[in-house]
Amino acid sequence: MLNKMLDFIPEIPIAEGTEWFTDLLKEKFSILFDPIKEHLGNFMEFMSEEVLMAIPPIIFIIVIALLAFFISGKKLGLAAFSIVGLWLIYNQGYWDHLMNTVTLVIIASVLSVIIGVPIGILMSKSRIAEAIITPILDFMQTMPAFVYLIPAVAFFGIGMVPGVFASLIFATPPTVRFTNLGIQQVSKELVEASDAFGSTGTQKLFKVELPMAKATIMAGINQTVMLSLSMVVIASMIGAPGLGREVLSSLQRSNVGTGFVAGVGIVILAIIIDRFTQTMNKKKD
Amino acid sequence: MPVIEAKNLSKVFGKNPKQALKLMDKGLSKEAILKEAGNTVGVNRASFSVEAGEIFVIMGLSGSGKSTLVRLINRLIEPTEGSIFIDGEDLARMDKKSLRKTRREKLSMVFQKFALFPHRSILENAEFGLEIQNIPKEERKEKAKKALEMVGLGGYIQQKPGQLSGGMQQRVGLARALANDPEVLLMDEAFSALDPLIRKEMQDELIDLQSSMQKTIIFITHDLDEALRLGDRIALMKDGSIVQIGTPEEILVNPANDYVEKFVEDVDRSKVLTAQHIMKRPETVNIDKHGPRVALERMREEGLSSMYVVDSKRNLKGYITADDASAARKAEISNLDEILKNDIPRVDKETSMNDIFNIIHDSPIPVAVVEDGKLLGIIVRGAVIAALAGDGEVNMENA
Repeated sequence: MLNKMLDFIPEIPIAEGTEWFTDLLKEKFSILFDPIKEHLGNFMEFMSEEVLMAIPPIIFIIVIALLAFFISGKKLGLAAFSIVGLWLIYNQGYWDHLMNTVTLVIIASVLSVIIGVPIGILMSKSRIAEAIITPILDFMQTMPAFVYLIPAVAFFGIGMVPGVFASLIFATPPTVRFTNLGIQQVSKELVEASDAFGSTGTQKLFKVELPMAKATIMAGINQTVMLSLSMVVIASMIGAPGLGREVLSSLQRSNVGTGFVAGVGIVILAIIIDRFTQTMNKKKD
Repeated sequence: MPVIEAKNLSKVFGKNPKQALKLMDKGLSKEAILKEAGNTVGVNRASFSVEAGEIFVIMGLSGSGKSTLVRLINRLIEPTEGSIFIDGEDLARMDKKSLRKTRREKLSMVFQKFALFPHRSILENAEFGLEIQNIPKEERKEKAKKALEMVGLGGYIQQKPGQLSGGMQQRVGLARALANDPEVLLMDEAFSALDPLIRKEMQDELIDLQSSMQKTIIFITHDLDEALRLGDRIALMKDGSIVQIGTPEEILVNPANDYVEKFVEDVDRSKVLTAQHIMKRPETVNIDKHGPRVALERMREEGLSSMYVVDSKRNLKGYITADDASAARKAEISNLDEILKNDIPRVDKETSMNDIFNIIHDSPIPVAVVEDGKLLGIIVRGAVIAALAGDGEVNMENA
């Protein structure tokens, strides 16, 4: 009897609806998606193959090590780790894969920040915007990351561009949240001071709120970069090149050795990127 | 024409303020309105006017609405009802653009917790008000430096606020407010976060500055002593309403109601002040060096009929009177020992005004303030009376 009640309403076609909606988007917005796919794809290919891979690995390693040395306040730790880590990846024959992954992470992170910071600012300024965007962010972060791969393929085919798209959805929320948080945490008296002297909204934002929120926003960006890296690995399932693809193919062939080596490569990259963004944040305080 | 004039200025927090306003008209108390309508009354129909060059003190205990009131004056808080005129223009009805212009050109604010921008240097902080008016860099630097020099901070311009002490930070806050040369200075408990000694110092300095600047200053405080020291006129607030406006004398002598009286009583000056606050530097003769002739000469110079006698180490020996010294000179006595009197009315520097009162009443000569046998200062009758009247001539440097 009770089961009958549950069955009273027939199955709602959510899946079909979503599919219909995606198809609609694909059809109507192909004018928008196709140029993105083409231009962004070309640019990323150019960046990884013509720029990053064209730099001799030895020079790349030295530059990174020098940067690490100066950013960390002339300490040797990060520089030494960068040299050994990057050399190890080179030694294992994964240099080109590494460059592909770096390209993906950089592009995805930069786009995430460009999109995320303004949305965060909007949220901090408008309660309505905050009420609407917060659940969307929750949704974006809790939905299993693999799910984003499907519309990504529908819109952008396979390769680097859908990888960036999926990673954008997955990795942007921390930047948005931390920007919002950082601005809302600016002390009330400072905001009052800025108003009392007759600042416009823009002046207040750029002269007081953003500088005061910088450390918090940078923490969010650090999270975003790390999430992009993890998503870039998953995106190898839809043909994004890089270290992730090596992990995937060793999984398919149950090849523990190669899987481990490629995995270690990702870990090394993650540590270097993480320490770089964190030390830069600390230093500026 | 007054520089600032508030008319029925009110602020009600919470939903449906209209309903609370009606209750206010009926004369309900702040508590009753909170119970009935659920609204908090911030400021209840405040009306006052401030003339150019005046220091107008708004005083009240915490929760009395004084901080809300000062924020209504520059519209950091939107008034629910009423008007606030600045040079005849109603700030409450201005559009955003004119409001901004007024804030930039006519009003500056100094905050209780300084509200300095930690990411900017002292100079950049002082420049802030000018920077947002898009004044060219050189010019605003010049003006900011001048303002910093005015408050005695010429040498710290490149440091960050975090490197300075509280007193110094508030000087920066003051310089920032003065840099764009406003007509009106709003000071919201500006010295309350400072320790007592620095607070006194800043009060003195504000009085000094004011004598040369002649700004219109609205000063918020919860401290009666501060109000009495600084204010040309004082407005007393309670539960969002102004209960009395008047000069310090009027408030002390003619408290408008029980509340004011209590407020004044609470800070009973005769209990708070001790000998060290009202003593002054003594005129003395040195028994080791001087004779009756010098003593007479000194007394004539200072217009005194008696004088305390100390030795070279400032140990109090006694006192002499002019009559005795004159007689001694005629008798050609060259030593003060012979005419020295020892019945000295003496107190120590912690003695309260109440006790001094009894001593000074019976004494023909000023009371000596003595510590370890040394003469620190003397107290004359006039000083006791002046201190009780609270006219600000209390000598706080000794505190």
